[in-house]
Amino acid sequence: MTLGQCTFCGACQSFGCANYSKATPQTTILPVLLKRPNFELRTDSEVLRILLDSDGKRATGVEYVDTSNRRWEQPADLVILGAFMLENVRLMLLSGIGRPYDPRSGEGVVGKNFSHQTSSNAQLFFADKLINPFIAAGAMGIGIDEFNADNFDHSGLGFFGGANVRVNPNSGSPIGYRPTPPGTPRWGSQWKKATAETYQRFAQVGASGSYFPSRTNYMDLDPTYKDRFGRPLLRLTNDFSENDLKMSAYVTERAAEIGRAMGAKQVIANQRKGPYSIVAYQTTHINGGTTMGANPRMSAVNPYLQSWDVHNLFVIGSSNFQQNSSYNPTGTIGALAFRAADALRNQYLKNPGPLVPT
Amino acid sequence: MKIHNLIGLALAACVIGAPALLAQDEQSFEKIERGRYLAVLGDCVACHTAPGGKPFAGGLGLETPFGALVGPNITPDLATGIGAWSEADFWRTMHEGIGKNGVRLYPAMPYPAYTKVTREDVSAIWAYLRTLEPVRNEIQSNQLMFPFNVRRPATSVWNLINFQPGVFQPDTSKSEAWNRGAYLVEGLGHCGTCHTQKNITGGDRGGEALQGALLQDWYAPDVTSDLRTGIGGWSTDEIVRYLKTAVNSFGIASGPMAEAVEHSTSHMTDADLMAIATYLKDSPGKKNPPPITSLPADDPRMIAGKAIYEDRCAACHISSGAGIPTLFPRLANAPLVQSDDPTSLIRVVLAGSRAGATAAAPTAPAMPSFAWNLNDQQVADVVTYIRNAWGNAAQPVQAGDVGKLRDRLQRQAATGG
Repeated sequence: MTLGQCTFCGACQSFGCANYSKATPQTTILPVLLKRPNFELRTDSEVLRILLDSDGKRATGVEYVDTSNRRWEQPADLVILGAFMLENVRLMLLSGIGRPYDPRSGEGVVGKNFSHQTSSNAQLFFADKLINPFIAAGAMGIGIDEFNADNFDHSGLGFFGGANVRVNPNSGSPIGYRPTPPGTPRWGSQWKKATAETYQRFAQVGASGSYFPSRTNYMDLDPTYKDRFGRPLLRLTNDFSENDLKMSAYVTERAAEIGRAMGAKQVIANQRKGPYSIVAYQTTHINGGTTMGANPRMSAVNPYLQSWDVHNLFVIGSSNFQQNSSYNPTGTIGALAFRAADALRNQYLKNPGPLVPT
Repeated sequence: MKIHNLIGLALAACVIGAPALLAQDEQSFEKIERGRYLAVLGDCVACHTAPGGKPFAGGLGLETPFGALVGPNITPDLATGIGAWSEADFWRTMHEGIGKNGVRLYPAMPYPAYTKVTREDVSAIWAYLRTLEPVRNEIQSNQLMFPFNVRRPATSVWNLINFQPGVFQPDTSKSEAWNRGAYLVEGLGHCGTCHTQKNITGGDRGGEALQGALLQDWYAPDVTSDLRTGIGGWSTDEIVRYLKTAVNSFGIASGPMAEAVEHSTSHMTDADLMAIATYLKDSPGKKNPPPITSLPADDPRMIAGKAIYEDRCAACHISSGAGIPTLFPRLANAPLVQSDDPTSLIRVVLAGSRAGATAAAPTAPAMPSFAWNLNDQQVADVVTYIRNAWGNAAQPVQAGDVGKLRDRLQRQAATGG
């Protein structure tokens, strides 16, 4: 596959790329697969559950529903669950695969250890510098790792972990991107004036920080709320740990120092504060729930992402690891997926069964 | 005694004949596999398969100025295919354009090219076609309008004017590769079916082989060694790469050529592709082409066209017209762009296009349609600009021609044609 040069049109986020400059499944994988006679992509289909044989040791396929609300059974010799981490966890729970996590006893594995990314930023308002937010690309981002992980002296700081500090110029989209200084009214002529003044005089130094799991952060099936098919929704029980909030306060202040050194007339340090809420966008980098591990008592899948309980089910996604050590998880997901695919092709298909003895 | 002798003679004949019979065994894997490869070279599947249909079971409509012809079912089905044919029937079809029971075929079946194919190669294709699974699929092949649908006399006269039967004769003064290339281009490859201008009866125009022609609202460009409108500026390696992968440093196969590459040329051996390139590089371009100069940059059409180009086209094709190798075709010094006939260029601006995809180059980048946001004059201006910028030189494009093509494309889209 060939990708094109980026023309810095600035419309990366929320849009497809007409220049073929963005690597996505649509531009890198699907066109190749769609050419294969044995490949079919069935869109507009939602899997309701994974079907198991009578003793629950083997998956026999999936049940899915189409847009006409017709339900279908798709038989399968092999099921690969890659439905984003939340739906991975939910489909495991709905299908009765693996032992659900119980926060009281600490027993069970599916849904255990939700984690996010502890993100924060310093907002910089300039008087005399012009920044063109509409000419940008994610790949133009610059980051420093001086305040990440163990790259700095934690003596006396009272926390572990850290953050990657970076400036990621992104789409200055005409309606979505309206930074204004604190104290600006939310509407009216003052808001319009501040919007016009600030659009090209604003930048942000972000901190993408570690988020460590705890036994009180987890996912389970909601006892009350159900979807249109009557299936329980996924319930998330989660809050920031004291450790991660202390980390955020420290690193966000370092980001603010960078902003002041850049000559901003006003710097607002927005350290991450609790309690946890999903209402305002933070990042989409959430993790955990079908942990990969060497011990079936502590993990849902083995080191090849194969379910400990149902050998012809492989689960792939950021649900496989519950530690977020600051960086975005995509690279790790990709590496684990390749490793699982290698084990599938070179070991499992030759001799279907558990790849790791229990 | 006499009877005994006769039987003895017959037995002797059988013993002597046996090895020869074995060599011609229709079940010989080697022969069938060679026939399969030759059928790919001839791209039989292109006309004899309906979109989404079973291969060789017929059904693709070919629009001609005289009406539609539909590729028949050539699987060995007795009732609807060619299951009741003999190899001799098939040879006559390929060599003379005369089907079973003496029916004269229309030259949409490119027998004026296939006549050059050797008896041995036709026999191998026949052996391969016999191995296909018979598919029951009735095809109404002749959908021409009156009087062209009255077949026999019309096509006989046509043959008198346009058809010279005869197997390819090598030119001993040329290399082996050149001769192999000529055999493929003029014969099974039937390149001239699209790339050679037709006379008023639909036959090839003499002396204009491969110099470009219009077919089904696509202009199949000049593929001779002409430096401006042909591929004289491409090295043999670049020609091979184009035919093998659908892309090279200059451009990407699109439209009907994308299908020809996907179905046929990308499956050819490197030696055959090199032979084709050798022959094309030696094919003469137009004799005494009229001198042509670029429109001046201050021509109002060039000023308007440049402004549209910078807004709509330059993000991919680059302000310098250089394109992005293997992704967005080069426009500067590109043969198709400077073709005498701008139909293909107007067409891709109006309707968009998706390039061909091969195993070696699977990207298949798409060009968006601009029919909805550029009017006829704007399309004419931007195409005129592209044809006369960066050292290109070609006749300007008229808004009226854009409008006519727009109407035809809309009608085709409406009728699913």
